[in-house]
Amino acid sequence: MTAISLRDACVSLGGRRVVDRATLVVEAGEWVTLIGPNGAGKSTLLRAIAGLLPFGGSIELDGAPVRRLKRREVARRLAFVPQSPLLPPDLTVREYVLLGRTPHIGQLGAESARDAAAAARALGRLELDALAARPLRTLSGGERQRAVLARALAQEAPLLLLDEPTTALDVGRQQQALELVAELRAGSALTVLSAMHELTLALQYADRIVLLSEGRIVAAGAPEEVATEELISTHYRADVRVLADGEGLVAVVPARRARPG
Amino acid sequence: MSAAAGAAAAGEGAGRALPGRRPLPLALALAFLACSALAGLLVGPVDLGLGPVARDVASRLPFLGVDSHLSGADSAILWQLRAPRVVLGALVGGMLALAGASYQGVFRNPLADPYLLGIAAGAGLGATLAITWGHGAVGTYDLIPLAAFAGGAAGVVAAYALGHTASTGRSTASLILAGVTVTSFLTAIQTFVQQQHSDSLQEVYSWILGHLDTAGWHDVALVAPYVGASALVLLLHRRVLDVLSLGDEEAATLGVNVARTRLVVVAFATVGTAAAVAISGLIGFVGIIVPHAIRLALGPSYRLILPLSLVGGAGFLVLADVIARTVMAPAELPIGVVTAFFGAPFFAIVLRTSRSFT
Repeated sequence: MTAISLRDACVSLGGRRVVDRATLVVEAGEWVTLIGPNGAGKSTLLRAIAGLLPFGGSIELDGAPVRRLKRREVARRLAFVPQSPLLPPDLTVREYVLLGRTPHIGQLGAESARDAAAAARALGRLELDALAARPLRTLSGGERQRAVLARALAQEAPLLLLDEPTTALDVGRQQQALELVAELRAGSALTVLSAMHELTLALQYADRIVLLSEGRIVAAGAPEEVATEELISTHYRADVRVLADGEGLVAVVPARRARPG
Repeated sequence: MSAAAGAAAAGEGAGRALPGRRPLPLALALAFLACSALAGLLVGPVDLGLGPVARDVASRLPFLGVDSHLSGADSAILWQLRAPRVVLGALVGGMLALAGASYQGVFRNPLADPYLLGIAAGAGLGATLAITWGHGAVGTYDLIPLAAFAGGAAGVVAAYALGHTASTGRSTASLILAGVTVTSFLTAIQTFVQQQHSDSLQEVYSWILGHLDTAGWHDVALVAPYVGASALVLLLHRRVLDVLSLGDEEAATLGVNVARTRLVVVAFATVGTAAAVAISGLIGFVGIIVPHAIRLALGPSYRLILPLSLVGGAGFLVLADVIARTVMAPAELPIGVVTAFFGAPFFAIVLRTSRSFT
């Protein structure tokens, strides 16, 4: 089954075409990661899929055109985790996670016991039970990341969009955050589309990699197919070496070019 | 413990933890309002006494079979002078505090108050025009609330239109700046008109400072439908305001139509505020201090802040009115002076003793 289907999707911001004729299919249950240099259009593409930006061409979720879906219908199909979410400092973790239930609650309604149970499940899966009554401002960076994921999970949408989920985390926390997403996927039929900067980590966790450059999809496929020295060097304008240990680990490392003299 | 029992316990815990279901603060706020209302009925130049007032109130309730001992004149003081004034104070105070809390939520700005978008300047101009042009003419008194209401609503519509064209509707800052612009412009006109007609300066000035002194049941009947409708709609939005605290974009990804929600909340807060302002002038400070005191005491959820602002604002203004008509008796202090003079130190204490301010 197809979770996301883009055909010639175009997005313009301030008169500049930021995403140019992107065509891509994400199957249900897949984890696809968008990579590409700064300004390549990764976040913009995610936001268009989430229905936050006007676009040309076609974007479909589960076969339904995003343009014709109501906001609430989009929200029941996908949960979006922005790069730097706004966390109201005095809200408790539980109150925050409960807000994830909004698409299932009438515009003017209140949470039911079912919503409370869904939030409790999300808190449990991210091991936040002990922190549930704490205000968000008292959490550490890693705990915040988990709270945001719990809020997205409480939404109970089959599709999760992650915009730079590892920004501002140290290498251990980056790994933990992605490991968490991998675990969540294992426990349910979650489809994940993420945008990432950290190439080596992106290659390890995604089923498929999509390389965006200047708004266009220039390569897509299995991690080892996309992570070639030629593709990365060309589109990132960087000198890199791609190292493989023969056991499936692929690392992209910047390599300073030897200077004469 | 068995797994089933554990799950049941977790379910119960989750049920208890649903936000906005804390009866104690609401009960305390209602008790505060009841005490303020009682003070409003009891305090005045004529001492009616607690017992007779209580008996008279009871005699009007069905099935109690209590006889009132109040004389006809005393009963008229109680029911034609003090009671409508208490009710009007409660309606105006509750409305201003609720509208202030709603504005703060919808603009995510702690300094937002019901007068943010030009309503005060518009109402001030409307009232000034009615007072100066109709000076001494018959029927002017009835015209002032209408002119103030129309002016206030026109001010907000102008600010909203300007703020909307200035941005693509995504930024609340442009809307607030539009409010500042409209306020400055309308205040300039109002000051100009006022200076041209210095004979009515006193009247304009006392209107602007706010008052509940002309209250009769007629005024209550004028304001109540607007306040009622506005309060109902705003209270229904209390959860959506919590969602908006995550930012416009995240609220949108959670399925909220942000622009429409903002428009509906602003429209109903404005209509209620305009009705309150039309009758009682510009009573400042209530719309800021009451919601913030509640926020500092009980946290940031609008599910508590909105209903408690309505009840707490009502009690606060009724109490302020009692003070306004006693400290300089038989003269009355403008109620806006009281709300600021007693409200500011109270708020300073709340601010100092609270753990954080956001």
